[in-house]
Amino acid sequence: MDRNQTHRTRRRVLKALHFMALFTVMAIICIPGLWIVLNSFRPTVEIMAKPPVWQPSFTLEHYRAMFGGAGEGGVPVFSYFRNSMIVSVVSTLIAILIGMSGGYAFARYRFKGKAGYFVGLMLFRAVPGVALSLPLFIVFARVGIIDTHFGLILAYVAMNVPFTIWLTDGFFRQIPKELHEAAEIDGCTRWQAFWRVEFPVARSGVASAAIFAFLTSWNEFALASQLTRSVGSKTMPVGLLDFTAEFTINWGGMCALAVLMIVPALILTFLVQKHLIAGLTFGGVKG
Amino acid sequence: MTEVTLSNVVKTYGKLRAVHGIDLHIEDGEFVVLVGPSGCGKSTTLRMIAGLEAISGGEISIAGRVVNDLPPRERNISMVFQNYALYPHMTVRENLGFSLKIAKAGAEKIDKAVAEAAAILGLEGLVNRKPAELSGGQRQRVAMGRAIVRHPDVFLFDEPLSNLDAKLRTQMRVEIKKLHQKVGNTIIYVTHDQVEAMTLADRIVLMQDGRIVQVGTPLDLFNTPANTFVATFIGSPPMNLIDGVVAGPQGIQLAGGLNVPVPPSARGLLRDGQKVQLGFRADDLMPVGHSVGQEREQVKLDLTVALTEPLGTETLLFTDIAGTEVQAKMLNPRPVRPGETLEFQLMLDKCHVFDAASSDAIRG
Repeated sequence: MDRNQTHRTRRRVLKALHFMALFTVMAIICIPGLWIVLNSFRPTVEIMAKPPVWQPSFTLEHYRAMFGGAGEGGVPVFSYFRNSMIVSVVSTLIAILIGMSGGYAFARYRFKGKAGYFVGLMLFRAVPGVALSLPLFIVFARVGIIDTHFGLILAYVAMNVPFTIWLTDGFFRQIPKELHEAAEIDGCTRWQAFWRVEFPVARSGVASAAIFAFLTSWNEFALASQLTRSVGSKTMPVGLLDFTAEFTINWGGMCALAVLMIVPALILTFLVQKHLIAGLTFGGVKG
Repeated sequence: MTEVTLSNVVKTYGKLRAVHGIDLHIEDGEFVVLVGPSGCGKSTTLRMIAGLEAISGGEISIAGRVVNDLPPRERNISMVFQNYALYPHMTVRENLGFSLKIAKAGAEKIDKAVAEAAAILGLEGLVNRKPAELSGGQRQRVAMGRAIVRHPDVFLFDEPLSNLDAKLRTQMRVEIKKLHQKVGNTIIYVTHDQVEAMTLADRIVLMQDGRIVQVGTPLDLFNTPANTFVATFIGSPPMNLIDGVVAGPQGIQLAGGLNVPVPPSARGLLRDGQKVQLGFRADDLMPVGHSVGQEREQVKLDLTVALTEPLGTETLLFTDIAGTEVQAKMLNPRPVRPGETLEFQLMLDKCHVFDAASSDAIRG
């Protein structure tokens, strides 16, 4: 009886500690985001106030100004948004197409130097993007693709392909090869067997690879800030810099644009999160 | 007529030779089982017939057509895989109808074929489920259904029962046999389980190290094994083998000094001093009074029982003859205590003699 009691208490205490630790970690992750959202709705005076104002007032002035004319602190939000969308969507599509083919090849075929290629691709991932920004800038400038969608898409595809290969390789590896063999016996060509059977089964894996690639392109700042100059090609993260002047930073405006940047990413993640839960593969074959 | 013919079929992986020139002719409607220990090349042979492995040499023809260079989809075969290989994203109905859909058959035709296959295999209530929602036996049936729907020339089975538990395996074995009787197609079936081979096959092809060791009906292989490998692989328990030397025309001297007469099957074929192995099954070494057919040629031996395995209708007795452990069988069992000595009779006319050097059977 007594032993049970102490055991129960100990379990409760452990659980409480567990929750506290979780709360702390989640707070560290979430508070900056919350701070951005809250500040986008507060007057600048309140944001800068010291001591802080605990009862926030609500204003849409930052949003109004952002969408307003250039003289009133406005920025070309729609252009930035369009640029971001074009660059992210196109680079993701290309990266997925190339990455999926690569991942499939690594998972299914044997060829000379396979391990070497794979390590090479991973090493490429290890190079920080910023380190490449100067050489890229020079090459792109010479070729004449600086400040274009095409240039940025090219850079992002190169950045995303290795990771996509690595991810899809893992997913295709989980699919037993008997599935495509069965499909081939059932009358499919190799190509049909892939699209009718293996691709649908790996769909969740491809979807998660796509989200990762999209978010990487969507959020990328370091390269974009070097490779884009004008309204015609600047992406949203680069657009945030419009709110910094020589001596001041327009925190409210920056937060408002940041919120606009976060929202599509959040929506996308919610839409495809069902696919992120891999589990489709299991059941068709005995493990 | 859907005969399958393999002539001098070879498979090499780099320098490694997995299948060494196999010749085999399978009749229309025949149920042939390829059996052998793992790594003997049986699955590779089946996959070459299916078109999933390239053929390194020789020729395979199905229904009179050489298929060496045809992709699997043009060979008109179906295959049931060990892990079932059901399409996990499709329902049972879609799984069954997939091949017809690929062949661009009409919805009506697909529905009819699926319903037919589902009826044959008792899957009617399950057609809207996904494979993940099925038990092992049901998945196995769906895999078979998918094979039936195509009306193939040849069915290929690649160890289809090895993922099932023992009880289900026995059950599915019966279903496969029924299916063969109902559909009547040529079946090539790969297994490592000699019981499956014995119970299912019209003809067994026993393979070892990429070569065919013996081809024949289950009883051929059981009664007249070509060598000691066949003798110990087919039948349970495996055949007892005792080393011996031919000592004159009258007998074989066994390793422990015991003399037995030369079995009738090998009389006149042995050289004096030839090293041989004497083989006999547990059924042919029985305690006196427990065997059938008293009038047969036999040798009486007093043996001490070391261990017993009661199986209900019979009891296996572990004993030794001149130092070699052998198994004997007791019909109409009574309790036997370890250490008990019984008088056994060895049915000489059922004994086999194998040459010790080549391990081939010596038989007139």
